[in-house]
Amino acid sequence: MDYLTCDQVKFSYETGENGESREVLHGVSLGIRKGEFVALLGHNGSGKSTLAKHFNAMLLPSSGKVYVDGLDTMDESLKIEIRRRVGLVLQNPDNQLIASVVEEDVAFGPENLGIAPPEIRRRVDDALKAVEMYDYRLNAPYKLSGGQKQRVAIAGIIAMQPDCIVLDEPTAMLDPRGRTEVLDTIHKLNREKGITIVLITHYMDEAVGADRVVVMDDGKILTQGTPREVFSQVQLLKDHQLDVPQATELVWRLRSEGYDLPDCVLDIGECVDALEPLLKSSSGDSYVCP
Amino acid sequence: MFVLETKDLTYTYGAGTPFQKTAVDHVSFGIEKGEFLGIIGHTGSGKSTLIQTLNGLLRPTSGSVLLKGKDIWAEPKKIRSVRFQVGMVFQYPEHQLFEETVLKDICFGPGNMGLGTEESEARARQAAKFVGLDEDLLNQSPFELSGGQKRRAAIAGVIAMDPDVLILDEPTAGLDPQGRDRLLEQISQYHKVRGSTVVLVSHSMEDIARYADRVLVMNKGKAVMLDTTERVFARGRELEGMGLRVPQITSILLYLQEKGYPVHPVLTVDEAVEELRPLLKKGRVRHGS
Repeated sequence: MDYLTCDQVKFSYETGENGESREVLHGVSLGIRKGEFVALLGHNGSGKSTLAKHFNAMLLPSSGKVYVDGLDTMDESLKIEIRRRVGLVLQNPDNQLIASVVEEDVAFGPENLGIAPPEIRRRVDDALKAVEMYDYRLNAPYKLSGGQKQRVAIAGIIAMQPDCIVLDEPTAMLDPRGRTEVLDTIHKLNREKGITIVLITHYMDEAVGADRVVVMDDGKILTQGTPREVFSQVQLLKDHQLDVPQATELVWRLRSEGYDLPDCVLDIGECVDALEPLLKSSSGDSYVCP
Repeated sequence: MFVLETKDLTYTYGAGTPFQKTAVDHVSFGIEKGEFLGIIGHTGSGKSTLIQTLNGLLRPTSGSVLLKGKDIWAEPKKIRSVRFQVGMVFQYPEHQLFEETVLKDICFGPGNMGLGTEESEARARQAAKFVGLDEDLLNQSPFELSGGQKRRAAIAGVIAMDPDVLILDEPTAGLDPQGRDRLLEQISQYHKVRGSTVVLVSHSMEDIARYADRVLVMNKGKAVMLDTTERVFARGRELEGMGLRVPQITSILLYLQEKGYPVHPVLTVDEAVEELRPLLKKGRVRHGS
């Protein structure tokens, strides 16, 4: 069974005083397996953040159902349980850190759960080690770089021992190095701890590393599949003003001019491998899709 | 002559305390009038401190900043007028909106410069046009606007002062690719039509590659490269060593170049298609697809 289930989820925001509302999710059905790494794409206003906030009962569907590990998010008495299972990381690291010492910040969540101090100590240390911030445990958060702050925010969630982490554009404010740090951390947690990841991002190269890519458009799922399946639909994505990785776009453009190129290229390495056999001075064989 | 120039500029935080840190270390460079300059560098490289010295928000510990050849700190009491001539758009500028209407908010800068209501409003309307803000939004409260519209209104507030140099610190952070492209396209239009000087600080190498004429690279407080965008990104491996990247497309061409193929590390997909087409074998057309 799926770990996260959305069944015909509709959601409306109230817009006016006289009960007017605007529907932003038009019946979304989606299942996410335990341990899966899902990237959620779509431009602003596509409903992707709204959908993600349903995964830990921050928002409740206007109609339809959301289940987390079989728990119905509409059941108020299960809210704490659901939030312990699914943690949320937001875009701006400065809005998420509250304590003046890194390890106190990480301890905030487990303290709220009423966990015994020795256990909190253990969890905080483990969480900081998992994001490779243990050496900074006694530092002041404001002195850290953006990527380090974001990893501390992630550690604060790991200390609650969640099954799933939802990250809403966690790298939007970071420099290239910070982005790599956070991305590597997320992948490691997914791989080594089996934590289910839902990553909302505008960066196509971040989505390439996911097990599955779900593209939202206008409150509905436009398309979904493996990164290779999704990014091979270049025309569809372009029609909806979405980007594809530059490597994918280059090969697609040359391919549409008639050159013998595959439709499966996702990253720099694959692009170079696909182009090389076609270059005049080389004698290599045609590229075969992985 | 440079419109804005730094000479041996150094800025040290907490000078004389145990926490002393030199964020900008003997930086000398000039910005040409009318150019579109990109500034890149990872967090802590000193680029934010640098741009804050450029309009007199921070006073150099040593060295100087020259605006049209004149040291901006020659007469400290006149530093305010420097801030009108070097307009600064901070990160998340929409957090600074506060007036009752969008129009009043955009008028705030010109008003501060001592311009009358009529002149301020005329400038505000023109600035709004540059950033693509609809006329009918001007009488709304800034808080009723969408995130992207708020960002535009805040940028219009700086443009309305008609600065000689417009500095934008990560103007597209948090916008989606569509919003990002639209905003940068408008800034580029403003740059072309007004002929004013634009400085863009960004983590997005793709954006820098598309718009900047020249790029300044900051690393550990020092200006380590200043050259045309093509030449800076051609040094991709050095940039990677500083925690920076080059655009993905440039990286692909750099790999091909390293493998001995006669390609230039160009900056956009369009250019890459042109670059590769003459090198590809004809007659290798895929059939049935």
